[in-house]
Amino acid sequence: MIQFLVHEKADNVGVATVDLKAGEVATGLYMDSQAPAEVKALKDIPLGHKVALIDFRVGDAVIKYGNDIGKVVAEIKKGDHVHVHNLKTRRW
Amino acid sequence: MKSPKVLGYRRENGKVGVRNHVVILPLDDLSNAACEAVANNIKGTLAIPHPYGRLQFGEDLMLFFRTIIGAGANPNVAAVVVIGIEPDWTERVVSGIAQTGKPVKGFAIERHGDLNTIAAASRQAKEYLQWATELQKSECSLEELYISIKCGESDTTSGLASNPTVGNAVEKLVAMGGTVSFGETSEITGAEKVCQQRAATPEVGAAFMKAWTEYNDLIVRNKTDDLSGSQPTKGNIRGGLTTIEEKAYGNLQKIGKQVKYLGVLKPAEPPKGKGLWYMDTSSAAAEAVTLWAASGAVVHLFPTGQGNVIGNPIEPVIKLSANPITCTTMSEHIDLDVSAILRGEMTLDQAGDKLLDMIVRTANGRLTAAEALGHREFVLTKLYVSA
Repeated sequence: MIQFLVHEKADNVGVATVDLKAGEVATGLYMDSQAPAEVKALKDIPLGHKVALIDFRVGDAVIKYGNDIGKVVAEIKKGDHVHVHNLKTRRW
Repeated sequence: MKSPKVLGYRRENGKVGVRNHVVILPLDDLSNAACEAVANNIKGTLAIPHPYGRLQFGEDLMLFFRTIIGAGANPNVAAVVVIGIEPDWTERVVSGIAQTGKPVKGFAIERHGDLNTIAAASRQAKEYLQWATELQKSECSLEELYISIKCGESDTTSGLASNPTVGNAVEKLVAMGGTVSFGETSEITGAEKVCQQRAATPEVGAAFMKAWTEYNDLIVRNKTDDLSGSQPTKGNIRGGLTTIEEKAYGNLQKIGKQVKYLGVLKPAEPPKGKGLWYMDTSSAAAEAVTLWAASGAVVHLFPTGQGNVIGNPIEPVIKLSANPITCTTMSEHIDLDVSAILRGEMTLDQAGDKLLDMIVRTANGRLTAAEALGHREFVLTKLYVSA
C-alpha cells in the first residue's frame, strides 16, 4: 500500500497519504517516474503532512514540485515531520 | 475530445446558462430589506443581499457596478428586479443589465417608501417568474459554458490530486473550444515566475506580473506578521501546507500542464474570447467566486482539501476533494470524491473525465452540494474605504 507520495525526482520531502507512525518504515511512490520510495518515519506524521527524505540544516531549501517552497529554520532529520516548526516562507 | 451535449438556457445575447434565476437585486445595503421582502412574497425568486453600494468612488465604484451589473447579466439569470434607495444609480444598474437583452426593471425607494416599493416590485417579480418558468432548456455544447476555477481550504492533497484533476479537465475544455478563467493573485506568490511563463505572449506575462506585483506590494505594505494563519490559512496548515510557496505551486496545478492563458482580466471583467483567461482576484473563496459569477461564469469548479463549504447564489459551485478524511466527515459538501487517486486506484485522466461528466450533470439540472445545502455566499470585493 502507498503510504506517501513524492511529486518529482528533485523533491526532498514526500507527503503522507495515510497517518504514519513513528518508527514505521513507509512505502512511497514518485509521481513523475512511478519509482518506489521508502523512508522510516521518526515522528508520527498525519495524513497530508510532509516527511523529510534527507537530512536538512538550518538555511537549506525544501524542494517540492521541483521548486523551493521555503527555508529550513530548525534542523531536520530524514524521516522527520516537516512543517511550520522547522520550515518558513521566504516571502512576507 | 468532442464537446458533450448539455441542456442549457440560451439567453437573448446568445450566451448559455445552466440555471434560470429571477434575481431581486439590491443596488445598495439599504435596499436589502425590500429585496428580501419581495423574494419572500414571490416564491422561487432569489434576493442576493450585500453590504455595499453607498458612497463608493473611483476604481472601487467601477468594480462595484461591474460586479452588480455582471451578476444580473449572468446567463444563469433569466430576469432581474433591481431595487435601490434612489433612482439614478438604480437606473445605471438596470441599463447595464438591459444590454444583455434580458427583462430587467428598477424600483427606487425614496418618495415611495419600502412598502409601496415592495408591492410594485413584487408584482413585476411575479410576472418575470411566471415568464421565466415557461422557458425551455435547449441542447447546447459543453464548450459553450464559461467555467471558472478556484480552490479553497487547500491542503497537500489538493496539489497532489484534486487540483490536477481540475487541470486535466481544463486542458480538455480548452481543447474543445471552451472558456475558462483562473485567478487568486495573492496565492500565486512563490510561483509567480512559473505563472508568468504560462502566458500566451510576453506582453500577457508582463501584465500578469504587474497585477501580481501590485497585489504583493499591498500585502507587504500592510502586513503585521508573516501572514501565517491568513495565507496559508489555519485550515491549510492543519492539512499539512506550510508556506505560501508550497500552496502556490499546488494552486497552479489547476491550469493543467500545457494550456497558456490569453489575457489578464480585471476583477469581474468578462473574458474576451475562448480559451484560458487570468483574472486578478483575491484568494478568499466567496469574494473570488462572486467576481467570476459577475464576469459571466456559469459553473465553478472548486477543489478543496480540508473542506471549504462555499456556494454562490447564481453560479453553481462543484466541489471535489481528494482528502479521504474530508470526503468521509464532510461528504454532504463533496460532489466528486477523487481520493482514489491517492491510493493509485484512479488516474488523473479518469478523474478529469468524471469532473467533466459532473459539469454536464450540473448543467442538465443536478443541484450541487452547495446549492442543496443553501450556500449563497455573495461577497463583493471592496478596494478601499468609502468617501
